[in-house]
Amino acid sequence: MTRRDDCRVGSVSLESAWPAEMLVSGADPPMEAGFLKRPFGGRAPEYEEECVVSEERSGANILVESLVRQGVEFVFGYPGGAVLPIYDALFGDERLRHILVRHEAGAAHAAEGYARSTGKPGVVLVTSGPGATNAVTGIADAFLDSIPLVVITGQVPTALIGSDAFQEADTVGISRHCTKHNYLVKDPADLAATIDEAFQIATTGRPGPVLIDIPKDVQIATAPWTDAPAQRRNRYSPPTLGGADEIAQAIDMIASAKAPVLYTGGGIINSGLRATQLLRELQEKTGAPVTSTLMGLGAFPADHADWLGMLGMHGTYEANLAMNQADLIVCLGARFDDRVTGRLDAFAPNSKKIHVDIDRSSINKTVQVDLPIVGDCASVIEQILEGWGSRKPQDLSAWKARIDGWREKKSLSFPLSKEAIMPQLAIQRLFELTRDKDPVISTEVGQHQMWAAQHFHFFGPNKWLTSGGLGTMGYGLPAAIGAQCGNPDSLVIDIAGDASIQMNIQEMGTATQYRLPVKVFILNNEWMGMVRQWQELTYESRYSNSYSDSLPDFVKLAEAYGWKGIRIENESQLDAGIKAMIEHDGPVIVDCLVAKESNCFPMIPSGASHTEMILYGDTVAGTMDDEAKALV
Amino acid sequence: MMHIKHEAEERHVLTVTVDNEAGILAKIAGLFTARGYNIDSLTVADITENHSVSRITIVTHGPPSQIDQIHAQLERLVPVHKVVDLTEVGPYVQRELALVKVAGVGEKRVEALRIADVFRAKPVDTTTGSFIFELTGAPDKIDTFVTLMRELGLVEVGRTGIVAMIRGAEEA
Ligand SMILES: Cc1ncc(C[n+]2csc(CCOP(=O)(O)OP(=O)(O)O)c2C)c(N)n1
Ligand SMILES: [Mg+2]
Repeated sequence: MTRRDDCRVGSVSLESAWPAEMLVSGADPPMEAGFLKRPFGGRAPEYEEECVVSEERSGANILVESLVRQGVEFVFGYPGGAVLPIYDALFGDERLRHILVRHEAGAAHAAEGYARSTGKPGVVLVTSGPGATNAVTGIADAFLDSIPLVVITGQVPTALIGSDAFQEADTVGISRHCTKHNYLVKDPADLAATIDEAFQIATTGRPGPVLIDIPKDVQIATAPWTDAPAQRRNRYSPPTLGGADEIAQAIDMIASAKAPVLYTGGGIINSGLRATQLLRELQEKTGAPVTSTLMGLGAFPADHADWLGMLGMHGTYEANLAMNQADLIVCLGARFDDRVTGRLDAFAPNSKKIHVDIDRSSINKTVQVDLPIVGDCASVIEQILEGWGSRKPQDLSAWKARIDGWREKKSLSFPLSKEAIMPQLAIQRLFELTRDKDPVISTEVGQHQMWAAQHFHFFGPNKWLTSGGLGTMGYGLPAAIGAQCGNPDSLVIDIAGDASIQMNIQEMGTATQYRLPVKVFILNNEWMGMVRQWQELTYESRYSNSYSDSLPDFVKLAEAYGWKGIRIENESQLDAGIKAMIEHDGPVIVDCLVAKESNCFPMIPSGASHTEMILYGDTVAGTMDDEAKALV
Repeated sequence: MMHIKHEAEERHVLTVTVDNEAGILAKIAGLFTARGYNIDSLTVADITENHSVSRITIVTHGPPSQIDQIHAQLERLVPVHKVVDLTEVGPYVQRELALVKVAGVGEKRVEALRIADVFRAKPVDTTTGSFIFELTGAPDKIDTFVTLMRELGLVEVGRTGIVAMIRGAEEA
């Protein structure tokens, strides 16, 4: 049986979206504006009824059908020898949209960007050996940031496994500790159930990447396929509800707190839109001020009077002081990361702590808490709200007054410069000028990332895509590409650094090919600014290898890829440049030249406590003791 | 100047019930290395009729907070059904099997046999110049036996690592 005459073709109009000659050649459609707005995916029900009950299908075919059944719209991938059968099964199949990246790391990050911006799992398809190893950075990134991915890797044929065959790598071994779960499938009869379980594991509980390694012979060999849901045992059932006793205790603790803080994280975003709505309700009921980790930005609206801003190493003075002085910290879907806590023995010394997390291993990992609640953020907040009834919180006016005092410090302020554009100002203008468009923002890693977190503001979830846990330079451009695929009508901007953008710059070609109008806004300081800043503060300004030498001409580079390039050299060009970027109906690089040696403040040096923040204008020693230097 | 700090440590015995699938042992052993936990002993065998479930007994040591993390991290693995910290829920019995080869003649040989008798170690192989003793018991009993045999011509020792179980009628 060929792929073309199987049962599904009858009900799917291939011609409707794709010109016939494209189907024959399997090439991507000619570049035309707005092609992304065509409907993709979600057509499974149309053909299901017409299919025969059971038939033999190749492993590759079962994979494709299973992905369709999962509602997958996009596959981010790159072909190679060990996945040729799968690519052949994809040929001309327009139910799945394959986005051909330029490097497999780009595939994984694009899938992350898609997942984070849509709340749906991202799917990656790469070949064995170098294809898989190239994807590992993105998989590890998704693991640390709890992003749901399903990664399909080709493997050498079963009989050659272990023989150091061409393009063989122990993918399952390599990915073991950076996936939530992984599989080597040795029989096509196991594929449907494995894929079904992989999606469940990736998307439920604490989300994360799941990898399925499929040897080439398993892609070719056949097994029975039916339209009935895959039969498998259900062995994975993470908790969602918190225990009733704990909920009651939490309510008492919150109701009696005189200085509470809600410390929220990426778990709220992962828990879904409902969690962000419930968080607002909880805040209204309790009056507690809210801070968030880098990963949680957007879960609580940044224009709310009780919003404290981000906390942690580059968080606001008021957020960090509130954490330090609180009598109750309610941690919702965050994990007391070292970037957040600073020196552990000085972290929030006088507070009781409640920790709500779906992953019990996050609880008491670094900080001992008084009340652990294992459960899904949305469910637990809902339980708290149900039990809250008509209680009144304590009078928090004294607490709020203290917080207002800390706000007076205006810790995000920065000195303006006559000569150069301050990077913070560039972000502020970018925010103001794009605000009405509710953009999706991705970032690379470095100072620009922190400035974006500080000076761009978010009012809803899934708008902020950044590599928090792994801190992966090169994340932002592919993530923006993935986000644009999932949000074809949104303005998607990668706020980039001059060094980071070069780590996955090849993905410009991907955006060109698929007419993805992503914008890359480079804060070009000609330095690996964050590295330079640490060297200034801890190594007496010995700038070892942190200068961005031999930078390309980003405007010419843009043009070489068929993008628009815009250079902003001084403040008078800033607004016009940003507007031109927004108005251009296609991908744009903005090379925004900024003050070269500005530092990102406020900053809690590693190993310091929340009360030892460095603000703009403070004098800094330029060196640190070895204990502090040893901290990351 | 900076020195690496060490914390007070405890020994714990954990039993882990897992799906008997490819790579599970590597997952568990790898979890310990990847996160810097210690394995003092690890035993594994399937325990159901259809060979689908295995029981792993792990002896580890570390600061109490780390032991709690080990417990939680093990539970986080998809093929893991259940983790029991026997040291926590105790009391429990623990047993280990050892094979101990001793070579010698004359008085030493007689003494080895006499001590084996005291320890209820059973000779499972004999030549005119050697014995292999089979011995089961708690790990320190085996330690003691091996120490005594050292003076009497110890050649080699093989130990299984412990298996352990909670006392009483209930399943842990
Ligand atoms: C893949 C990777 N390699 C190295 C680092 C370490 N690192 C963190 S920030 C940074 C410099 C980033 O420079 P740039 O992109 O220009 O951003 P800036 O700090 O100047 O805004 C480096 C090298 C990293 N985070 N990721
Ligand atoms: Mg830079």
